[in-house]
Amino acid sequence: MADNINVEISPLSRVEGHGDLVLNVKDKKIERLIFRIPESPRFFEAMLVGKNWDKPSHITSRICGICSVAHTYASIRATENALDVVPNDMILKLRKLIFHHEIVQSNVLHVYFLAAPDFLGVGSVIPLVETHPEVVNIALRLKKMANDMVRIIGGRAVHPIRTVVGGFTKLPSEEEMYQMKDMLNSAYADLEASIAVFKILELPAFERETEYISLSNKQDYAHYDGNIKSTDGWEIDPGDYLDRIKEKVVEHSTAKHCWANRDAFMVGAISRFNNNYDQLSDKAKEYAEELGLKAPCYNTYMNNIAQFVEVVHSVDDSIKLIDKLLEEGMDESKAMVEIKPKAGRGVGAVEAPRGLLIHDYTYDSDGKIKKANLIIPTGMNYGNMEADMNAIVPDIIERSEDEIRLACEMMIRAYDPCISCSTHFLNVKLINK
Amino acid sequence: MSKPKVGVFGMTGCGGCQLELLNFEERLLDLVGAVDLVHFTEAITEYSDDYDIALIEGSITSEHCVERIKKIGDIAKIVVAMGSCAVNGGLNCMKNIYGLEKAKDLVYGDKKDWIDSIEVKPVDAYIKVDYYARGCPINRSEIIDIVRSLIVGRKPEIPNYPVCIECKRNGNTCVYELGKTCLGPVTRAGCDSRCPNSAEGCDGCRGPVDDPNMNAQKDLLVERGLSVDDMLAELNLYNACKGKAIEQK
Repeated sequence: MADNINVEISPLSRVEGHGDLVLNVKDKKIERLIFRIPESPRFFEAMLVGKNWDKPSHITSRICGICSVAHTYASIRATENALDVVPNDMILKLRKLIFHHEIVQSNVLHVYFLAAPDFLGVGSVIPLVETHPEVVNIALRLKKMANDMVRIIGGRAVHPIRTVVGGFTKLPSEEEMYQMKDMLNSAYADLEASIAVFKILELPAFERETEYISLSNKQDYAHYDGNIKSTDGWEIDPGDYLDRIKEKVVEHSTAKHCWANRDAFMVGAISRFNNNYDQLSDKAKEYAEELGLKAPCYNTYMNNIAQFVEVVHSVDDSIKLIDKLLEEGMDESKAMVEIKPKAGRGVGAVEAPRGLLIHDYTYDSDGKIKKANLIIPTGMNYGNMEADMNAIVPDIIERSEDEIRLACEMMIRAYDPCISCSTHFLNVKLINK
Repeated sequence: MSKPKVGVFGMTGCGGCQLELLNFEERLLDLVGAVDLVHFTEAITEYSDDYDIALIEGSITSEHCVERIKKIGDIAKIVVAMGSCAVNGGLNCMKNIYGLEKAKDLVYGDKKDWIDSIEVKPVDAYIKVDYYARGCPINRSEIIDIVRSLIVGRKPEIPNYPVCIECKRNGNTCVYELGKTCLGPVTRAGCDSRCPNSAEGCDGCRGPVDDPNMNAQKDLLVERGLSVDDMLAELNLYNACKGKAIEQK
């Protein structure tokens, strides 16, 4: 390995969106390490201005195909908080149920299709069709189950239709509820079989403790609502996020960078796992233990395993939610609560699969948006990704360029970055000087 | 016959249409078997600049996109625009309505000169597009039909009648009866009326039929005491780039 290298990965593949990583090394020291986001930003904060209260959730779901349910709910909750709309218990349970399956959909896609090929030494899921058909089939079945769940409850697998401010335009039938329960129950065999798959994946041993931030609440393993909580010991109401989470525009990136207690923090499955381990289902805890994942976890690569553990929890909790909904009855007349436009500000914070997501809207008295601010998880993770790479590169500087490139790509992919978020993301460049 | 080489490309969009391709599930393996997938950034690391068919998602919103789309246009024998953003500019066009400079000011303030962003346009503003897979997101069975047709050398059939036809066939209560605005009467079918099936009005994400009867659509609203302005605002959600032309019809 030469003492001086330039790594440029452009575009970085198997992430949601576009981005470049540029790494220049001189005399075995990192001279420059940055993420570049070459893709044009989309200006959702401008697009939302003047829009009526019933539109933002449909518009912002289009920020990201893979996080469309999370954006829909961050948006709905921001609007409902601004307009003082309080959904009933049935609506809340059904929302939590559909939310679980975006997590499952996205985590399965990431772990099996986007990240696993690295650990099995291939460039994509396609060669795995030949070499590891059982792995591909497990992934396809789990993904199909989650997509079908979102489709049944939301009316469509990507960009849900039925889930709106105030509730649902249409509820699943009782028959569909039983159908979903059957689908969930039949997922256990694939979850069980996945353990064997994940045990053979060799995750790099890398540890760097950082600040982990996620939602947290007393009732459940928080996805849909809760306070914003940090492993650095602070906890706030989401409405006060501006007091803690700071944003800045960075020259090389169209996505803004964020920081809180330290220079950088991490959001996503590991952060949720570290903050809310106790609230995972028993089976999820059992699987975590079997796969060597313990809270607190400081290995970014283990984010993949945390994502899988969350899938197990989501399946368990979904069955519980369906049982309760069936027991209490699904009443179409309660599907929507009344909405009256009024002036006000509302913040909606949820856990997208890849981490904390915040929508912040201010409405005028006609129920039109005056101002919108969106803080996306990948934006929050940028600083931490750079810090992780700065930590790992010196350890592997003696290896070949290809190995360095792969280690960097794998590190970034472990975050499951969703670069479509308002902007796009990632490329890694390695050039010998 | 050798398998056609297919490239999947993302311009500026949400990745949802590429995701819908990955969401083929059991049919994904058939697709992988029928074509030679040589470029698909969202799913594959290896990439190639030798392809026959380009499936393009997203609209053209930066100089960087312009450069990329022109290169794809030079290489591909057949270009398919995939999803609203690629087909007619989609949601991204709302930036044009707000005003490019104003939008840059609002989001990036005094750092706005760092940002590469131009007026949003659909793919066919820069290169010839052979087929349009409409919708936000695309309809899975439609894109499968398009790809299958291209493999066997048949012209894909794209409906040129309004969503109302499919909606009636599905036996839905007309969403106008629910007091909601719906663009179904002027919007091109092919989605199996998926929004009205969920008791929501059609947002027009597939764009208008070739000769939309806008006056009849307006009469329908007026008759029911609904606002034409609301309808035009709705039209602008997905059709702002081409909306003016529709409005004037």
